[in-house]
Amino acid sequence: MAWNSRKTSVAIGGAVVALIFAYLIWGGIGNNLVYFLTPTELLAKGSSVYGTSVRLGGIVQPGTVHWDAERKELRFRLEDEGKQTVEVLSTGVPPQMFTEGIGAVVEGVWTPDGVFHCHNLMIKHSNEYKAPPAGAQPAEYYRQLFRKQQS
Amino acid sequence: MNGVIGHGATLLALLIAGCGAAAAFVGGRRGDARLVAWAQRAGIAVCALVSLAFLTMQRALVTHDFSVSYVAQVGSRATPLFYTVISLWSALEGSILLWALVLSIYTAFLVRWSKRHAEPGDPQLAYALGTIFIVNVFFLLLISWPANPFRSMNPVPPDGPGPNALLQNSPFMGVHPPLLYTGYVGMSVPFALAIGALLAGRLSPNWTRVIRRWTMVPWTFLSLGIVAGAWWSYEVLGWGGYWAWDPVENASFMPWLTATAFLHSVMVQERRGMLKTWTITLIVSTFLLTVLGTFLTRSGVLASVHAFTQSPIGPFFLTFLALVLVGSLALLAWRSEVLQSEGRFDAALSRETAFMINNLLFAAFAFVVLLGTMFPLIAEAARGVKVSVGGPYFSQMTVPIALLLVFLAGVGPSLPWRKGSLELLRGKFRWPTVAALLMGVALAVAGVRAPLAWLTFVLAVFAVGLLVVEFVAPTQARHATTGESWGVALWRVCRSNPRRFGGYIVHAGILVIAVGVAASATFRREQEWYMAKGSVEPFGPYQVGLDSVWAQHESNRDGVIAATTIYKNGEVFTRLYPRLNYYKSAVEPIGTPAVHEHLREDVYLVLMAYTADGSHAMIKAIVSPLVGWIWLGGGIVGLGALFALWPGVGKSQPRGDATAATPRPRARSVSEARV
Repeated sequence: MAWNSRKTSVAIGGAVVALIFAYLIWGGIGNNLVYFLTPTELLAKGSSVYGTSVRLGGIVQPGTVHWDAERKELRFRLEDEGKQTVEVLSTGVPPQMFTEGIGAVVEGVWTPDGVFHCHNLMIKHSNEYKAPPAGAQPAEYYRQLFRKQQS
Repeated sequence: MNGVIGHGATLLALLIAGCGAAAAFVGGRRGDARLVAWAQRAGIAVCALVSLAFLTMQRALVTHDFSVSYVAQVGSRATPLFYTVISLWSALEGSILLWALVLSIYTAFLVRWSKRHAEPGDPQLAYALGTIFIVNVFFLLLISWPANPFRSMNPVPPDGPGPNALLQNSPFMGVHPPLLYTGYVGMSVPFALAIGALLAGRLSPNWTRVIRRWTMVPWTFLSLGIVAGAWWSYEVLGWGGYWAWDPVENASFMPWLTATAFLHSVMVQERRGMLKTWTITLIVSTFLLTVLGTFLTRSGVLASVHAFTQSPIGPFFLTFLALVLVGSLALLAWRSEVLQSEGRFDAALSRETAFMINNLLFAAFAFVVLLGTMFPLIAEAARGVKVSVGGPYFSQMTVPIALLLVFLAGVGPSLPWRKGSLELLRGKFRWPTVAALLMGVALAVAGVRAPLAWLTFVLAVFAVGLLVVEFVAPTQARHATTGESWGVALWRVCRSNPRRFGGYIVHAGILVIAVGVAASATFRREQEWYMAKGSVEPFGPYQVGLDSVWAQHESNRDGVIAATTIYKNGEVFTRLYPRLNYYKSAVEPIGTPAVHEHLREDVYLVLMAYTADGSHAMIKAIVSPLVGWIWLGGGIVGLGALFALWPGVGKSQPRGDATAATPRPRARSVSEARV
């Protein structure tokens, strides 16, 4: 088959479609990236990451947790090994395991008021089984609930 | 003892698979039927030995033989028998053992088929057998060495932690992984057949048909496995969704997309002898994507719900992937003359065009998902940043493609081959268009203000209407000429071409899924409350009441349960018991939502948290309209595929290469009769 005008137009059409598609994908990925950062990295980036989606990982600093049951608002500070901390405001009910000193990953945006607004709070967990630290045995927590049922 | 038997069987299978590969390739090259016959025997032997290894592992698990490393890793005396049995695929080594088992069973089936339907000296067959042996060798190598589940434990532990808590929490885990693996692993067979044809330098029409049939089977299992996985995720993960564009979900979905594209383009190849390179590329890509998917999810390079702990198998997979990729590309380039197109497009308005667009859409879809899945790896390698690609990227990019596919699911089958005429289309499109317009108006009147959902419903009605016409028209013709009753005429019409009408049933199932996805994604409502015992909260037309919170011991877990009553219009609608389960193998509790399932809408409750005295609980409620249509649609897809594959007419079909060029006369007469 000879190279004819029909083939040329098909090739041009295909190239245009491919370019539009590539542009859409490029924009689509660029607008929906979520960055994984630690509090130290977040603070170092400063104002350049205001409004970008970030997944921030760290430890819930003991003594900083405030839970407002009425407004379902949770405030706490997330710290990392560099001991930098970021204030987090999370809306919605935290997971059952949420407690001081636990590893947590918060997904949301950092705003100029210096507060990280989180819409998704996850407990950092590993698949590997490790014996829970003393006092953290969950069965201790709900022991009363067994008793009540027996009575 | 179990460890020795299992490991021994694996090693022997590895050796025999290697010999089988050598016998098949040498036999194919020399045209030596005796060597190929030996390779066939080796296939059966590998299947028997891997089955022995699998059953040995199963016995070790059930008898709690903790001297076997894998049992020590996932077993526990407290786990109920059912979960002990399925814990075989709850971690890396066992899941690769399951993979090897499924692969060896496929190999045995391929051998059985080849003895009945192919010439033993046929180089296409010999090379195909050789190729599938190579794949066997790779997986057997993994379970012999880096992912060996049969290592011996010293000292032998008295008990184990039990399987992954998520796996123990739902009986779906007994169904979803085997279905998915049967689909995933089965893609090795069409790959091997395609490579066999390329190596032999001959791609006969009959061979193409064989590849298609061997793709249909794993495709069906993969479809069911994906839907079962979505259902599992919905029932267990507690966020009320079923698909999160998680790397593992994507890994199962990408080969499905390319395999679906293949099943369509292969029809153009059979009918018109066109698109050969493309078709073969699709089937090779499907296999590559299964290997890539396994690498991504089993090596721990990407974090995911499904990712097992870091393991040493990553480099093995990467090497295998690179070899297959380079080998297949070289082979495609080298044998390009085999894949010369015989026909050309006649008209823009034809079934061929519909298939072309369909294929471009599926390829674009797969590319979008692939890029989104791989981007974190690319970004980390290139720029050193840790990122993930958010769900909105996938929905923004894939929803338009999916909508076009919904449209084509009805239009494609209505278009005739070669050249369609506008008069023909006008007749076929009349009633479906009316139905779609009525649906659009009805939805607008009913207050549906979401444009994408509205469009999905309207397009789905249009497409279903077109499919109904495809069933009705020939039935009407048959009823008129033979005087058979409508039911009998419909059944005979469908059975006269099971492949075609089975395909339409599959399309209908996909359309049902599309409607379920659009409705549940758009009209989902959710709310959460911090509730005191005895309080009732309003939730749309429902009221949610928290009655009590209590805990109970079970053999393998403790459960904290919230008893709730859902009211509707002041009457008791249903009682739901969402719970949090505490397993020995996990510190955090695993939530189990309670779902009141209904085809119209599901009411879904999650126990998020509770206070130690049981006086308060945090409850999340979700209403998902039409979400059940997704599972229903999955069932329809399965039935359609079964209908298409069910032996019947296909049996009388000629098999040999010499006669294969003649198309099936009955099938053709039906498809032409309706025009």
